[in-house]
Formats: sequence, structure tokens, C-alpha cells
Amino acid sequence: MRLTCPLCGERDLREFTYRGAALTRPEGETWGDDWHDYIHLRDNPAGENREYWAHSTGCAAVLLVTRDTRTHEVLGSALAKGGGA
Amino acid sequence: MRLSTGGQIDRSRPLDFSFDGVTYSGYHGDTLASALMANGLKVVGRSFKYHRPRGIFSAGSEEPNALVTLGAGARAEPNVRATMQELFAGLEARSQNRWPSLDWDVMEVNDLVADFLGAGFYYKTFMWPKAFWEKLYEPVIRRAAGLGALSGQADPDANEKAFAHCDLLVIGAGPAGLMAALQAGEAGVDVILCDEDRTPGGSLLSSTEDVDGMAAPDWATEAVARLAAMPNVRIMTRTTVTGVYDGGTYGALERVGRHLQHRPGPLPVDCFWRIVAKRAVLAAGALERPVAFQDNDRPGVMLSSAVRAYVNRYAVAPGSSVTVFGNNDDAHRTARDLLAAGVHVAGLIDARHEATTDLDLPFYPGAVVSRVTGRMGLETVSLRTHKGEVKLQSDCLSVSGGWNPSLHLTCHLNGRPVWDEGIASFLPAPEGMPGLIPAGGAAGLFPTWEALESGRAAAARALEEMGQTVPHQKVPEAEGAPYKVKALWHVPGKGRAWLDLANDVTVKDVRGAAAENFRSVEHMKRYTTQGMAPDQGKTSNLSAMAVLGDATGRDVAQTGITTYRPPYVPVPIAAMGAGGKGRGFAPERLTTSHGRSLAMNAPMIEAGLWYRPSYFPRTGEKTWRQSCDREVGMVRQAVGIADVSTLGKIDIQGRDAGAFLDFVYANTFSTLKEGRVRYGLMLREDGHVMDDGTTARLGPQHYLMTTTTAAAGEVMGHLEFAAQVLRPDWDVRLISVTEQWAQFAVAGPQSRALLEDVLGRDLGGDVLPFMGWIPVTIGGVEGRLFRISFSGELAYELAVPARYGESLFTQLVKQAEARGGGAYGMEALNVLRIEKGLLTHAELHGRTTAFDLGLERMMSRKKAFIGQAGASRPGLLAEDRERLVGLRPVGAVQMIPAGAFLFTEGEEAVRENAQGYVTSTAFSPTLGHTVALGFLKSGPDRIGERIRMVDHLRGVVTLCEVCEPCFLDPEGERPRA
Amino acid sequence: MPELTLIAQNALPQGVVTTLAGTRVEVLPMRRLSALMPGPDAGPLAEALMAQHGLGLPAPGSVEHAEQAECLWFGIGQYLLIGPAPAPDLAEAATLTDQSDAWASVLLEGPRARHVLARLCPLDLRARAFAPGATARTELAHMGASVTRTGPDGFRVMVFRSMAETLLHELRAALEAVAARGMV
Repeated sequence: MRLTCPLCGERDLREFTYRGAALTRPEGETWGDDWHDYIHLRDNPAGENREYWAHSTGCAAVLLVTRDTRTHEVLGSALAKGGGA
Repeated sequence: MRLSTGGQIDRSRPLDFSFDGVTYSGYHGDTLASALMANGLKVVGRSFKYHRPRGIFSAGSEEPNALVTLGAGARAEPNVRATMQELFAGLEARSQNRWPSLDWDVMEVNDLVADFLGAGFYYKTFMWPKAFWEKLYEPVIRRAAGLGALSGQADPDANEKAFAHCDLLVIGAGPAGLMAALQAGEAGVDVILCDEDRTPGGSLLSSTEDVDGMAAPDWATEAVARLAAMPNVRIMTRTTVTGVYDGGTYGALERVGRHLQHRPGPLPVDCFWRIVAKRAVLAAGALERPVAFQDNDRPGVMLSSAVRAYVNRYAVAPGSSVTVFGNNDDAHRTARDLLAAGVHVAGLIDARHEATTDLDLPFYPGAVVSRVTGRMGLETVSLRTHKGEVKLQSDCLSVSGGWNPSLHLTCHLNGRPVWDEGIASFLPAPEGMPGLIPAGGAAGLFPTWEALESGRAAAARALEEMGQTVPHQKVPEAEGAPYKVKALWHVPGKGRAWLDLANDVTVKDVRGAAAENFRSVEHMKRYTTQGMAPDQGKTSNLSAMAVLGDATGRDVAQTGITTYRPPYVPVPIAAMGAGGKGRGFAPERLTTSHGRSLAMNAPMIEAGLWYRPSYFPRTGEKTWRQSCDREVGMVRQAVGIADVSTLGKIDIQGRDAGAFLDFVYANTFSTLKEGRVRYGLMLREDGHVMDDGTTARLGPQHYLMTTTTAAAGEVMGHLEFAAQVLRPDWDVRLISVTEQWAQFAVAGPQSRALLEDVLGRDLGGDVLPFMGWIPVTIGGVEGRLFRISFSGELAYELAVPARYGESLFTQLVKQAEARGGGAYGMEALNVLRIEKGLLTHAELHGRTTAFDLGLERMMSRKKAFIGQAGASRPGLLAEDRERLVGLRPVGAVQMIPAGAFLFTEGEEAVRENAQGYVTSTAFSPTLGHTVALGFLKSGPDRIGERIRMVDHLRGVVTLCEVCEPCFLDPEGERPRA
Repeated sequence: MPELTLIAQNALPQGVVTTLAGTRVEVLPMRRLSALMPGPDAGPLAEALMAQHGLGLPAPGSVEHAEQAECLWFGIGQYLLIGPAPAPDLAEAATLTDQSDAWASVLLEGPRARHVLARLCPLDLRARAFAPGATARTELAHMGASVTRTGPDGFRVMVFRSMAETLLHELRAALEAVAARGMV
């Protein structure tokens, strides 16, 4: 598998570390359903999935990657820091 | 028998080789198979299950029969396909799966009782008594069945792996592949052309047709020469593409040194390539399939294309009188080439009634072969004609049941082949194989001209998809007669008819599977083991599916086909894991004091990738404990030096650095004063502890964080995630400085005196209090001195740029020794911290919380931090959770092994009753008894109780007293002295 | 009071380690390395670099050169100044972190250099993808590495100091295997 880093270009999978589904962190200080969802529940879609990948042995950027879980096709990747735009 | 002329062998270079200890001769350019055949050998192996004598069946990587063991000793290589092994002088091969000899094999008795050994036999027979399976049945069966044996010795050969990148990968260098490479090569894109043969050319090398007005092999040679002259084209011979992976990544096995008599030491035998390509053309050609009939596995029964390859390319007659049988025009080509080479043809049998021939030979249209005889080599061929049974004397039967496109790679990304009635076979799926374009035989286009043209077209399509212009490329004139075939899978009759030669699966076995209701191809495959041998059923899959379909009242299209998965040919694990032996297993991280520590005879232990000294033995010390106890004593009574450079060090700067630390740590750092250091606890978002360490404030917006050695990488990744994803608008700049600094602990009551001496300055509590740091100059070098303690003693850590590490360590140790101390290693460091109840990842193991560790007050209520909400869950704050305690033995048994479980006295030591477990343990030379840390339900409320420790694995039971997790100086006066 | 003199030591002895098939592995001398991290706005750093060191701010994946000085793009929000001590003015525009001791630098140069590196590193090393003046943070034999193409046949490889010996071992083994192909 290969991923395109917006800074480094297309690179081999071994440079990256998976960092989980791209979810919005609840921020609240007390435990509730929002935190339960954020930490434990995943949609596991058959199709498009948005996920974070860190270019860990590359440039250290965290990427927001859109990927089709059925075909493994990478539909897009952007810097997470830029809001994933 | 070698033909007197022709072939692409070099008759000026004869080569001697041996098979089963007998010396034979062949030529350069031969394969082991062609050389064995030239020497008249019929039987080259025994079958997997029934030990039936077997001969050479094919001329390529699909070979199911002719597997041999090459070489001897540690270099013995089992299951080498004789059809793929290039002959070299001195080659030593042995036949397999026979004892005592190939001619006389005692296990051939299996064949006589074959009626009892059909598919499913093991499952039904060896069920009772249950205990017999592992002890008796399986070992016996394994010895009786099987392939070649491994040497059992370490692999002495070098292997290699490598990466390659190109625009277009062309898989196979037959007519389609050569044309694809020419088309793309002239367009100027980077092309890699792989072929598993030693010589590119594919089917052209065995062809007597003309291409572009010249002999087909000559045209191939010329095309290869044109490609070789292009700087953007790389030709990789002896290279089989084995798998297709996501994102245009292809696996390929290159046989680098297997054809050489003498290999230079570092030359790899194999290289496993990862090739990345924007597009690929699959020009892997097609595999011929046989027809099943009674005893069709006899030595001398051979694929028609293989017969042509041996006659035309290797100048070997596979028999003195060959019968040719087929259901398509390929059989006619074989008969024609045999006649042209002067080989006697006993008859041409074409299953099609309408077939005609111009050849001068006995011709049997509308007939089929019903059986053959000849246990150790073919003797007769029986035909069923419309006039009745005919028997021909023949020592070789050429069989052609039609062609199956080599579409295996198109399935690796989930492409599902589709049935095509015209070729009576499956074609590559139109979808499900991104970037991979089939051409030629692999696309079901068998005539040479069609293969050439489709190769060109596939490359043109790839170029267009890559946005490249497509230069005009002329397709040479070549044979273009359309391919016609009449499906024929199996000739009904008595006796056993073989489908899968490699795993000894017959028509009867597949029918048996259907009768047992294993109707799905996947179930039939697993029940009969069809297609599960090293050849993966390359020549048998489709026929087996057809027989299954027939038995279940479906056609082949409905029956479907099993899914092909990588690898296409067997890949040695040694090639995939190349470089992973010995020092190549993982990078070795060495501290600056490594050499000095080795010089002091310190044994090294691995801590992650780091190597750290266990202890520093001195004269007279016989065990590690003696050294360790002495080193602990040094630190407690004098001064010890330890290299602590492996701890992660992260430099954190920026306007929001303080706020960021407040966010990632449970406790507060924005209030930390410059020049001060604070212990920090880092949680995961789910509220469990991730890591701990100290962080110093270096400046208004500048902090230096330390992490544990084990979690340094994980913490850095965590901080990057927090900074980039969770707080993207904050100004935080992170950089690892772990490797920039060498850092040494100077610990013990004399540490201050030692440092005051070497630094030439006062280090009193007002200059440098506990949990403070100051910049220092040492020998003219700028460093940092931290007053922190991981031993519970008055202690410091001194950091200098890494280039001075060895020098500083050496001199600190010398100074310490002069004061009755010295270097201490990981063993002593561990004892010192357990005596003080300080934590490592034995306690921070991912399932413990700040509450469990007695550190719940570190979780600030004044600010938000990662893990705050998670840690507030009632279940993570329950009083009866397993919580940190100290343990000391109170009975006769003193051992408290880490990993042991804790039980209430009087309760049975079973899982349901477990009250907790031991995480760290050491003999304390300071206290004279064992001390341990562990987690116990409601631990802090049970101080003073007695608890029973049981180590089921080591068989140790120890009575312990529960105590505070700090055995020494609980008030912490020493480090503040 | 004991007089303490600290002796500096490179991670590896400087100089040529191996030459095979015209391709050599050479340990480079230690040079001053400074990480420059400009924060959200890199503009002031670009100006300061040009004014103080005559260096442009390198684009991702590239290197800027001046006399005696080099600046590598070194990852997200990070640049590596090689050679001179950073001018004090740079501190106004970026945080400066000394990394001189953190890395070991090895030069791999010669006709087989690219093929040797291809044994260890998944990077696309074709000239059209990775031309002289290109730099990458990547993985090399399981180590995080910085690879810079110094010329048509030359690559500078940097790994963390602690892994310097592993780097040499891997480069030497790969070069031996590649060179052996020329011997048959």
C-alpha cells in the first residue's frame, strides 16, 4: 500500500503509522456518551473511511486520509493540521 | 534423446551433472529437466501420496511432478522444479519422496490400497481414539507423505531484498510482453520487463513460426536487443512477479545465484523485489491444461507445449515414438514440429470430429485417449475411436486440453475471472485489478499476432492513462490463425484418472467430494487438497472445477473457480525476510558509553533497540547478584554513575508550550518556574497512564520533557498528534533531542561532592535545590545539570552534547571509583527504584490508572487535559480496583517472582479468586530481603495484611505482607539533603 | 580540584570505510547542525536565512546551498541548517535547536550507489523522481533516515547517532551484494 503525503509525495506504507478514525474530540471534561462514542465506537463502513495516518519515519506530519475500505483505494490525503481541507 | 541438430543449447559447452548419484552430461542452455530427458530418464520422482513413479510433465514453473532436491548439507534445497532449474557444471540433484530408491519405493504399497486412501480418508479413519492423532497417526502420515525435506541446518546463503520503481511494469516477455515493452520504451517512460525464464521470449523461444519474416526466437532476440539499448528500460530475467498489492506495488522473486556453480560469498541466491509501478501489463501468457483419463499420470505423458519446448528449444526428443492427443490446433503444431525434427509420431488424435490434417501420419479425428500403460515409462496408448478401441505403441504422449490464461495476478486485488465459452476457460475480470492490464495469452488472445498486437495496445492504453503520447509502433507479421477448442476435461472410463498430479487428486476424489455435498469449489479444494500443492494446481484447477460442476449438475461458469492469492510461485521465506538475520534483525542503538562499558566487561541487555549495561563485574565477583548488590551499596553509601541517555528527551518550544504541556500532562506545567523540574504523568485519552517522566522549564516558552526509554517513540507520536490534530492552532514546536545529549546519573550521598569537584563550583541547596536544574560548563563544554533522583538518594543528572559522552562517562566513573563508588548498570538501577517504589513500564503497563498508582492527586482539576474525562469514569476510580502496593516475604520462602498472582489466605489459587499480581521484584541488599511491587484489590486499605503469592508456572508459593510501595526513606529526606 | 578535559568523538571514525565496484561508503565529518522551526509563519525565517546566510528557504523535499552552508527541508515545519552556527538574528524568526551531535552522516557515492540504496530504502530513487538537490525523510533498514542526493551518483544518508554502526553495517552488506553481481 502507498500513501501520498502532501509534503513528501507518494510513499511506501512502511513510513506511516495508523492513528485511528478521524473523529472530532468532544473536549468536555466529564464523561458522557460523546466520550464513549469517541473512544469506543467506530462505524466500520464498507466504503469511504476518514482516518489519520502519521508520516512517522517521514516528515512527521499527521495526515487525514480518505480511503475505501472495500478496495483499499486512497481517495485523498491532506495535512491534518490544515483542517484536512 | 538429444536431437543431432537445432535448439538453443550451446553444444560447445557440455556440462556434467549428477542425478541420484549418477553422472550425466548436458549442455549450457539446458534445464535440469531437458538434460534428464536428453539422457533418457523417464522417472524423476514419486508422487505425494501414492508414491507412483512420475516423469517430467511440463517445461515451466507450473511443473507438478519433477520436484528434486538440489545440493547437499546445509545448502540442500528441496522441491526445486527441474523444469526451472538451469543446468550448471557440477549440479547435484536427488529425487524425492522415495525410499530406498526411485526404482524401488516401499511406500508404493499405498498405491495398491488406494481404494482406501481416497480424499477424506484421514478425516474419517484417524478419529479415534482422540489421543492417537498427535502421538501416532500424524507422525506416521507425515513421514509417508510429503515432499523434499529441509536440511534442518541454518541457511548459509545470502539473500537480498530490494525496491524498484517504474512507470510501466511488464510481466512476462513473450510476444505480448516484448511488444508492450517496445511500445512503452519508445515512448520514453521507465519500463521494467520481468520474465521468469533465463532468456526473454516466452512461447517464441519454442516456436517454429516466423515473426516479421524471421524465425520467432530470432525476432525475440532482436526485440530484446532493441529494449536493452533503451536507457529507460530495465530487463529483469529469472524474475517471477509473484503478487499484486495495493497502490501499484508488485512482489517479484529474482533467482540471482541459483544457476551458478560457484557463487561469490555475498552474491544472493534470491532477491525479493518490491516493484512500484503506475501501470502494469500482465503478459504472463497461458498455461496448457491436460485431459484426464485412466492412468494419465504415467511417466511420458506430457503437455503438448512442453513437448514442443523440449524438441524446438532444447533439441530433445521426449520419446522415440510420440503420440499426440488434443482437442485444439495446438496438438497439430506439436505433431508438425515432431515430424520436422525427425521424431516418429505414432498417431495424432483430435477429439474434434471435424478436424483435418495435412500431416503425413496416422490421424484419428473424433477419437480420445482412454488409458495408457507403463508403470516406469509409457508403453501403450489406448484410443477410443468411432471404429472401436485402438492401441498404439508409444513411449510419450503429448496432451493438449486447451489453454488457460495466466490470470492469477488479476485476482490478487479481488478481480473475479469470467467464463468465456469461446476459449472454454476463464478470462481476467474487466474490473477489480486497478492499474493492471492483461494482454496476449493472459487475456485469452493466443495466436501470436493477436498477442503481439494486444501487447502493443495494452501499453498504449497504459501510456494514455499516464498522460503520455503514444508513438506509432508497427506490429510485426505473425501467425494469426484463430484458436479453436472443444472443451474436453476428462475421458470417462474405469480406473483412476488424475486431475492434480502434485497432490494425487483424481476424478473420483472430486466426485466423492460432491457426493459428500462439498459443492462449493472452496470446500471441494479443502476436502480433496486439489490445488494445494506447491504448484497450486496450475495445470489442474479448471479441470477439477469442471468435474465438480459435472458431478453437481452445473456448468463451469456456475461452478466458479477458487480465488488465486499470492504468491504465484513459491517464495522462500529467506528471500522475503532477507537481511533479517543476525545484526540485520533490528537496528542496534548504542549509547556513547557503550564501548567503555564493554571494556569494563559489562554484559549488555536490550531495552527496546538500545543496548544497556546490566552490571559491571569486578574481580572476584562470580554472579550478577554479587555485582548488583555491590553497585546498589555504592549508590546508597558513596556514589554511582549510570548512563541514562536512552530516556527520551523532547524539546518543546513556542508561544503555547506551557498550555500544551498542561494539555498533555495530567498535572500542571505552565506554573513551573524557570530553572525547575517537575515529575509529570501522561494519560491516554481513555484515562489510563501512558508514560511518566520529568520536565524542566528551560525558558519562558521553552521546556525539556523526558520520557521513559521504552515509550520515547510512542510519546513523540502522541505529542505530534496532539499538536497537529487536537490543538492545530497552537504555536508548539516539538523536536527530539534524545540523541543530541549524553546524560549520566550521578547518584549517592557523595554525588554533590563529586560534582562540586569536577565542576569547580558550589552546588548547595540554594544554588541547585532538589527538582531544579542549572546550566553548567564542564571542561569548557556547555551542559545541563538536573537535580533529580531515580534512586531515592541525593542525585543529579549531568547532560553534555553526545560527542563528549564517552569522555565524560569515563572520567565520572574514575572520580566515583576514587570515592568508593563506580559505574552501575540496569540491574542495580532497577533494585534502587523498587526499594523506593518508583515506577517503570512494569507498572505503567497500559491497564493502570493514576488512581491505581496512588497518583490520583496529580490529576489537576483546574485545567483540561488528555485523559481527564476518561479517567473520571467511576469504574476507574473504584476502591476495590487492583492498586499499587509493596510486598515483602514473611515466611520461609523468600521468592516473589514477577508475574505471580496474589490470593487471600485460605482461598484456592484459581483465576476467579485472584486478588492481584506482582509486577516488579528484587532482592534488596539494603534491607536484606526481597522487595516487590504489585497490584492488589483495595491494596492501600490492606496494608499490614498477609497475602498468599502463587506462581503457578515456577511452582512457588510465598507468604507476603502487604506494605506501602516504598521501602526506604518514605519521607524522601535523602534526595533533598 | 580535578581538571576535567572532555574529548569530542564522532559516532564513527571519519573516512572511507569500503570501496567496491567503484562505489564507496564514507563517514563524513561532524558539522554544525541546527534545527530551525519557524512556527506558523515561515516568512521572517526565509528573510533572515537569506540576509544572514545567503540561503533560500527550501521547499519540501529540497535543499538550498550557499558557500559553506546548506539548508535542508527536514520535515513538517522544520529545516536543518548545515555548516555555520546560526546567526543570532535567526532566533527572532524561528526556534533553534542544536542537533550537531544527534546525527551521523555517511556518503554513498559511485555508479552502484543508487542500487545499494534500493536494497535498504523504499524511496523512488530514479533521477526524475529524486534529482540532485532533492532530500527526503524516509526509512532505511528500519531506521528513520534523512537521504539527500548530492549528485548524479551520490547520496548522503543521515541516521541518529546511536544507529550509526547499524547504518554502516547495512550499507556495507548491501554494497557487497550489489558488487557481487558484477563478478559473475
